[in-house]
Amino acid sequence: MSSRDSILATVARNQPAGLPLPVVPSFVLEEEDLVEKFTNVAVGIGSKVFRVKSLEEVKQVLLEEHGTSGRIISSFPQFSAIAETAIAPDVDPHSLADVHLAVLPAQLGVAENGALWVTDAQLPLRVLPFICQHLALVVPQQSIVPLMQQAYEVIGVQDYGFGTFIAGPSKTADIEQSLVLGAHGARTLSIFLYYQTQDKRLIF
Amino acid sequence: MKETEDHATLAEAFNADEPRVNWHDETLWFIRQKRDKAAHTIPDWELLRETASQIKHNVLSNLHDYLLQFEANAKANGIIVHWAADAAEHNQIVHAILQKHGVDRIVKSKSMLTEECHLNEYLAEHGIEVIDSDLGERIVQLAKEPPSHIVLPCIHKKKEEIGDLFHEHLGTAPGVSDPQVLTEAARQHLRETFLTRRAALTGVNFAVAETGEFVICTNEGNADMGAHLADVHIACVGIEKIIPKREHLGVFLRLLARSATGQPITTYSSHFKKPREGHELHLVFVDNGRSTQLGREDFRNSLKCIRCGACMNTCPVYRRSGGHSYHAAVAGPIGAILAPNLDMKKNADLPFASTLCGSCSNVCPVKIDIHQQLYKWRQVIVQEGYADRKKTMGMKAMTQTFASPSTFKLAGKAGRWFMRNVPFVLNNKMNPWYKQREMPEPPKESFGEWYLRNRKKTDE
Repeated sequence: MSSRDSILATVARNQPAGLPLPVVPSFVLEEEDLVEKFTNVAVGIGSKVFRVKSLEEVKQVLLEEHGTSGRIISSFPQFSAIAETAIAPDVDPHSLADVHLAVLPAQLGVAENGALWVTDAQLPLRVLPFICQHLALVVPQQSIVPLMQQAYEVIGVQDYGFGTFIAGPSKTADIEQSLVLGAHGARTLSIFLYYQTQDKRLIF
Repeated sequence: MKETEDHATLAEAFNADEPRVNWHDETLWFIRQKRDKAAHTIPDWELLRETASQIKHNVLSNLHDYLLQFEANAKANGIIVHWAADAAEHNQIVHAILQKHGVDRIVKSKSMLTEECHLNEYLAEHGIEVIDSDLGERIVQLAKEPPSHIVLPCIHKKKEEIGDLFHEHLGTAPGVSDPQVLTEAARQHLRETFLTRRAALTGVNFAVAETGEFVICTNEGNADMGAHLADVHIACVGIEKIIPKREHLGVFLRLLARSATGQPITTYSSHFKKPREGHELHLVFVDNGRSTQLGREDFRNSLKCIRCGACMNTCPVYRRSGGHSYHAAVAGPIGAILAPNLDMKKNADLPFASTLCGSCSNVCPVKIDIHQQLYKWRQVIVQEGYADRKKTMGMKAMTQTFASPSTFKLAGKAGRWFMRNVPFVLNNKMNPWYKQREMPEPPKESFGEWYLRNRKKTDE
């Protein structure tokens, strides 16, 4: 018998009688102002949060924070003047080792933990948000959900190859519990909460 | 082979340096307090724990079907699924994949399962270099030590010691111990590693049966840096890490980091569903005793564990004896109920390394009855004849003493007389009760004697 079959046979023999799968209760967030809660938590874990009305504003903030000297990659065509905006999906991921700044959209943010959800749909390459020195994520303010539970309700049955929640800059406290930002991933995370009006929608 | 020293002996060595033990104790208690603070921000915390616990019970009772469901969905996603009955087979499978690709150097992110299987040693014997990429794991790897904590691998190390290691191995300036500077040195060193390794190995936090995807949580981003740059990604997972549905991540991801370090969530919670175009993604399911544990009614709940480490941070014995005293891949209370399943004789001492205070069970995010299992393991171990002989003899003597009122009275009298008149008979190196302890003044009379005397007075 193969290991697969023998493991499965032992599991079948040893598992207890069926216990029901519970219905997950509807959890709620106490705080009502999602943007405020999101901002407080995100700042608490080391992110910078900016509320903006246009991509032009995003550009200005980032130029002030990071300058124009380094290599910038963005999936926003509006950034074409300062960034590479058309990275082919089959490019060698190692070629991104010198990326200074990546500017990408996020699908949603989670108020309780300051995390943002991105998938292949937002990422030219999977490694990009990790290998860049600095990361900026732009998310519509209306896409902030209260809890992880609601985040997964929105994600639903999305068929991505890769997706990730990003909550703050890469960090470690492995040396005597001293918090250090910038372990292996991005050293900083700038979050832009985009206020989307009915008549002037930002195209992602 | 050298016999492993038992927990008490190893803990004694750890306790030789008292200020250091106090520091270790306080550091872990600080993390426990951060966990409390994070848990208290969620009014539904207890309901969340109960929900997670029930989901895990459902998983264990339907594990066979969930494993098959995961396998089918993962295969449809393009993931290559392997099955390993034990540690040896796991190591062979990983080695064979690397051989097929002609890889002799790999980068690895944290996986307690590969520690349990001693993969690094196995691969080294076969000429394959493994570099651990989690900062804490890299530090203990350079020190040629195992991790002492599942979430904080080098929690037992002082920054000065880490500075010395980095000076020797990574070329930092002598005497540098600033965590910021040391972390930056590790970042540069490991970035070069990530960019040059063609195979990456990772652990798995959750495998979702419904979608065939798996989730890896890190703060450093090391799992992602390794996996997205390598041609081959191998993920190793214990069969118990299955959860039924994607939406259940919305329960477990709320509990994991808050319980572990008090963070609202880890920096990265990465969902791997399909391999990158033109690349290979392998997943190795490992049993290694888990299916046996599933059949032990009293101990199967240990398989609910999500490896947050909260039980270690809160444990008064772990905090004052250090992770290495448990001589197992997983230390602390949860390790002490997992290890006897793998090797009861070698780990017979571990369930006794507890005060049974129950704090571990109270902080466990999936409500494992850890302290009750510790108590039950003690009974099994004594019955199977694996208990320490001195302990067995002592217990037998105690049983006889307590069973007979006259022996009990006599023993009490004798004890009080010896303690008062010839204390050195009891207070010597032969008696472990006096290690780092002073005994209180012996009373002049026993409670029994006092009661008899006073009751008479009232009766009169």
